Amino acid sequence: MTTETTHKRRERIDRGIKVRSESLYALNSFEEIAYLLTPRVMLIAAFVLMPLILSPWPYWGRVGLSVCILAMLSISFDFLANYVGLVSLGGAFFYGVGGYMAAVLNTELGLPPILSIPVATLLGAAFCTLALLPCLPLRGIYFAIVTLMYPLLMTRIIEAFDILGGTEGFRGIDGFSGFFTEQYGLILAMFIALFGLRRFVNMDGGLVIRAVKDNDQSVRASGISVTWTKAKAVFLASLTGCFAGAYYIHMYSNVGISSFALDLSIMPIAATIIGGAGTLVGPVLGAAILVPLSEFLRDFGSLRIVVYALVLTGFVVFRSEGLMNYMTRKYQQVERWVKI
Amino acid sequence: MFYDILVYGFIQSAALILMAFGFSLVYGVSRLPNFAHGAIYVFTGFIAWALFNTAGFPYWLSVVLSVAASGAIGVLIYYVILRRVRGMEVSEVIATYAIGLVFLEGLRYAGFRGGTYTLPVASDGVSFILDVPVDHQRLLLMVLGFAMVALIWLLTRYTRMGRALKGMAQDERAAMMLGIDSDATAAVAVALGSMLAGVAALIIFPLGSLVVEEGYKVLIYAIAVCVVGGLGSWAGTVIAAFVLGYSQYMTVAYGKPHFQMVVMLLAIIVTLIVRPSGFFGKQKQLEERV
Repeated sequence: MTTETTHKRRERIDRGIKVRSESLYALNSFEEIAYLLTPRVMLIAAFVLMPLILSPWPYWGRVGLSVCILAMLSISFDFLANYVGLVSLGGAFFYGVGGYMAAVLNTELGLPPILSIPVATLLGAAFCTLALLPCLPLRGIYFAIVTLMYPLLMTRIIEAFDILGGTEGFRGIDGFSGFFTEQYGLILAMFIALFGLRRFVNMDGGLVIRAVKDNDQSVRASGISVTWTKAKAVFLASLTGCFAGAYYIHMYSNVGISSFALDLSIMPIAATIIGGAGTLVGPVLGAAILVPLSEFLRDFGSLRIVVYALVLTGFVVFRSEGLMNYMTRKYQQVERWVKI
Repeated sequence: MFYDILVYGFIQSAALILMAFGFSLVYGVSRLPNFAHGAIYVFTGFIAWALFNTAGFPYWLSVVLSVAASGAIGVLIYYVILRRVRGMEVSEVIATYAIGLVFLEGLRYAGFRGGTYTLPVASDGVSFILDVPVDHQRLLLMVLGFAMVALIWLLTRYTRMGRALKGMAQDERAAMMLGIDSDATAAVAVALGSMLAGVAALIIFPLGSLVVEEGYKVLIYAIAVCVVGGLGSWAGTVIAAFVLGYSQYMTVAYGKPHFQMVVMLLAIIVTLIVRPSGFFGKQKQLEERV
């Protein structure tokens, strides 16, 4: 018998400062306030300063905005997948519906962007929720497949019936009045979506929604309609997605069937999984990594998608917790080896 | 016109069976949704093309080698990726789909685009069925389509390996207790499914040209056939292929070709909403919906 080998295992314990700053008494010490605020302030500061830093290079300013757009789509995916349990492979559906809605409101009815974006967001979200309503009872993979088909169907219907501008789409949509209006409007909206949803999932309504993910039968047994709860959640998620679509088409003044394209469904999933699923902030981080990466790969055409897909597969298979969960763990806990 | 629809609808259905059968087999046996199916389909076509045109092998050899390669890809996908995410259905879908994207977009990046790549047909002749001219490649497609179904049916009924596959589909834990290696069996299933996709590609591609977009189309067709027939139900797959094949051919004959895809997508959505396990699948209501 070789008893020489000592068995060790890794133990994780919370940092002292994390425990101290959990309660209200954190307010007593600057150190603990700083511990709590630093990550949040860093995120907010990065996005608030971004337009100021990027203003000499309008092109990179637009790239910064693409980060926000993708972040919003990813937040919507993350919220649906990890808080409601509805994995939607059709993020492009929300995006495209919002985009087309805004385009019609702007070009046909002549609404200025300040009106067309919110109206398109609301109407688009209502449309998406109604369209997805029959599929809401579906679970897991069945919901995933059905949502994958929605944006594809929209493309084909627009092509086949030649409606909504057919394959051409709409052109000449009003842009924004200035660089900073464009930038801060979107950044503000992203923060509202991010912090709003984060707050919401911890409120009573959010608790019910999370219960649907964990055990829908018990939600039903409590006399709460599961489908109705899911419908509310889908409405919130599609608000975020439709806003991103509506905003984007006003930035670039045109919309086409590429708004329903597959990459728009894949990229949010990639951003969420890389950034850290189930954190809502993770997707923002993932988007901030993926969009600049894709800018550098722009010259290589479809190699971009290859790189995305490889990174995505790598994270799904080998590092499914994502960066944010990893960083949170490092920030809050220490690891050490203990003998057993 | 009526005979036209009868014959060509039949051929379309046989093509759908070929495209979908591999997908259905993998899902039915190992419960692994192999979303890289369409990519393997296209990739096999290009391997055969490269072996035949670039390496200069005889056609029969390149067919055999490319089908073997597709099987090897299947095994690789199982052991490198799927094995680690088994049981997490959504991760399986995302991971296999992403791998499919890598194949398809990688091919596109490598410059394989446009209609310039073609595979040779087995024979140029034309025969008449019910006074409708049918070229021999399509005849081959019909015959092989049904031969394939019969072969797999016999395999799962009368061979030890086939029974192991079926046992896994029915009750994985019980099968493992009886000494069936879960990983090896699932790998065999994925390899078989990939090889079926490869065979389908080598029969169907000579009718047109090799294009990357075909991969996405085949994946959707395969999903449509399997969803309508019932995920994992084999008889359902065949019947659904006929229903969809004829309706597809009718939309082409009487409507615009654009509607072909609309039919498939609507079929998927409507079936999943009305009866998620498909029209011939076993209803497992609690797993599917609330």
